[in-house]
Amino acid sequence: MIRELPPAYKDIEPLIRIERLPTIWCPACGLGIILKLYTKAIVKSGIPPEKHVIVSGIGCTGRMAGYVRVDSYHVTHGRAIPFAVGIKMAKPWLTVTVISGDGDIASIGGNHLIHAARRNHDITVIVVNNYIYGMTGGQSSPTTPSGSKTMTSPYGHIEEPFNIPYLAYAAGASYIARWTVFHDIQLLNSILKAFRTKGFSVIEVLNPCTVFSYRNNIDMLELIRYFRTRAIVKRDVKFEDLRIEFGKPIIIGEFLHRTDKPSFEEKYLELKKKIGGG
Amino acid sequence: MSKLLKPGTYFLEGNIACAEAALLAGCRFYAGYPITPSSELMHHMARRMPEVGGVFIQGEDEIASIMMALGGSAAGLKSMTATSGPGLSLMQESIGLAAMLELPVVIVDIQRAGPSTGIPTLMGQGDIMQAKWGSHGDYEVVAYLPSTPQELFDITIEAFNTAEEYRVPVIVLADKIIGQMYGRIKVPDHSEIKLIERKKPAIPPEKYMEYLPYDSRELIPPFAAAGDGYRIHMTGLMHDDRGYPNLSQEASWKLVTRLVRKIRENARKIAKWGEHWIDDAEYLIVAYGSVSGPVRYAIKKAREEGYKVGLFRPLTAWPFPGWRIKELDNSGVIKKFIVIEVNMGQIYHVVREYVRNAEVIHVPGAPGYLPEPQRILSYIKKFCR
Repeated sequence: MIRELPPAYKDIEPLIRIERLPTIWCPACGLGIILKLYTKAIVKSGIPPEKHVIVSGIGCTGRMAGYVRVDSYHVTHGRAIPFAVGIKMAKPWLTVTVISGDGDIASIGGNHLIHAARRNHDITVIVVNNYIYGMTGGQSSPTTPSGSKTMTSPYGHIEEPFNIPYLAYAAGASYIARWTVFHDIQLLNSILKAFRTKGFSVIEVLNPCTVFSYRNNIDMLELIRYFRTRAIVKRDVKFEDLRIEFGKPIIIGEFLHRTDKPSFEEKYLELKKKIGGG
Repeated sequence: MSKLLKPGTYFLEGNIACAEAALLAGCRFYAGYPITPSSELMHHMARRMPEVGGVFIQGEDEIASIMMALGGSAAGLKSMTATSGPGLSLMQESIGLAAMLELPVVIVDIQRAGPSTGIPTLMGQGDIMQAKWGSHGDYEVVAYLPSTPQELFDITIEAFNTAEEYRVPVIVLADKIIGQMYGRIKVPDHSEIKLIERKKPAIPPEKYMEYLPYDSRELIPPFAAAGDGYRIHMTGLMHDDRGYPNLSQEASWKLVTRLVRKIRENARKIAKWGEHWIDDAEYLIVAYGSVSGPVRYAIKKAREEGYKVGLFRPLTAWPFPGWRIKELDNSGVIKKFIVIEVNMGQIYHVVREYVRNAEVIHVPGAPGYLPEPQRILSYIKKFCR
């Protein structure tokens, strides 16, 4: 059993459930980086850990909630967002974050994603996109790039992948960014910005997956190198250009930060005041 | 308290009586999705929740609605949703989560005729089994069977108390007739309404590392809400007392037996039923919900003609007061139990489990249609001899 973290991680140690380490995640997976960055963001946010809540769904990323020492909920597949919305509505002073995978958020939970964005709930959703269902053995997900091979697309995927930033934009989110797990400083800053944004924040994080590389006969190191070298940071980009095509450069960056739109929680509070509800 | 329904007598629709009862019980979180014949309850909540300072939200579907209610409950508010059969089906996986995380929640099911879309505008009693067995795995829920708007009002308050006391999802199985019928509602003095709040941890938040969200030394562990400072972990995975995933045989046994024991060992405290004309009865009709109305009428008529028939009216489907059925059966006086219900045998199935001596007869009904008193009278004349 691991009893303490290396000296470089002392700042986040109180926020990690050390007794639960090592994590279940595969070597070379970037979820550990996201765990580190999310907890670092909690430290840097200046908001006490008691006021942070994390909710996860099911899958590899769904295990994230279990490693963070804040109020943490590991709920059913696809339903992290409505559960998080319930907590936020009940206690609007809490900083509520959902961290879950592409299958959880964009497939089974896709309806909740778009409606929570439409209502502009003041929560942060970190979608960890590894292009595949890793935990269940490598089936295609709604973000699997066309042409790539999975257990359920053995002849090459014939579907179009979701463009998550575009989807979030169309549905009405207030903050939208996309990074890879190699862009740690940018991702950390993005998470901090999302905490502060009064509205629905979506951060897509691209994460190399050994299950995906194996199914597509790509060397894992190649895949990691691809994420590191073929990702181009761009601002003022058209959302429709954020489509991910396998083998082509990926556009990353911060794409939207609106401050003009009140959150659902703000509007509800206003409504209560207006009618004299206390 | 001034914003709550004042003591007195009112003439209210069942759905609205239910909503007002929830507010009186301290419910401050409502999430729901429109569905006939429960929507009036939601309309009323949309107006009333902000007035009393609570949360109202319309979910994008029933799954979102119950998950929002569970989130509200995780944050410490008494939470509720209302729906009808199709919605209850969609909520089942989340009901399993509520049982596993031991999150109190009240789900009001204004039953309609099924299966599938069935007859949305007519009554049904087809959700008795799905209320208990709808989610996968072993767990226990509590499900009530009110039969009038007043009973729906009273039972809604009790449902919140049960949910909070036992940290369990509670389902109120009303139906279209009860939900949309207007009836006299007596609201007691607020001081007479007994309310139960979920037990808080005895350990202070500073000692959060010592707090066990699922402490197995107690059947019903104390509850720390999100934001209370205990930094808890809850998971739908099989877990240990700390809430951490534990897939061992020992952890599995410990958790699941506790989830069922906390209800089964308190079944006699939770279960409710009514007995009418039972003292000299040789034949006993088992009926519940809106069906017990015409049954009462028919029994009165039959008794005028000398039939020794009584009524057993379960007010909880789960836990079912089977021990009382057994006692009545063992008394040797009851010759027949006649189960009259608007389904193909959901409570009949349960009654048979407890009756060893007497004959058990089932009178099913077409989903949607309350049996007419005259028809019930003819059944009495046919079977009670």
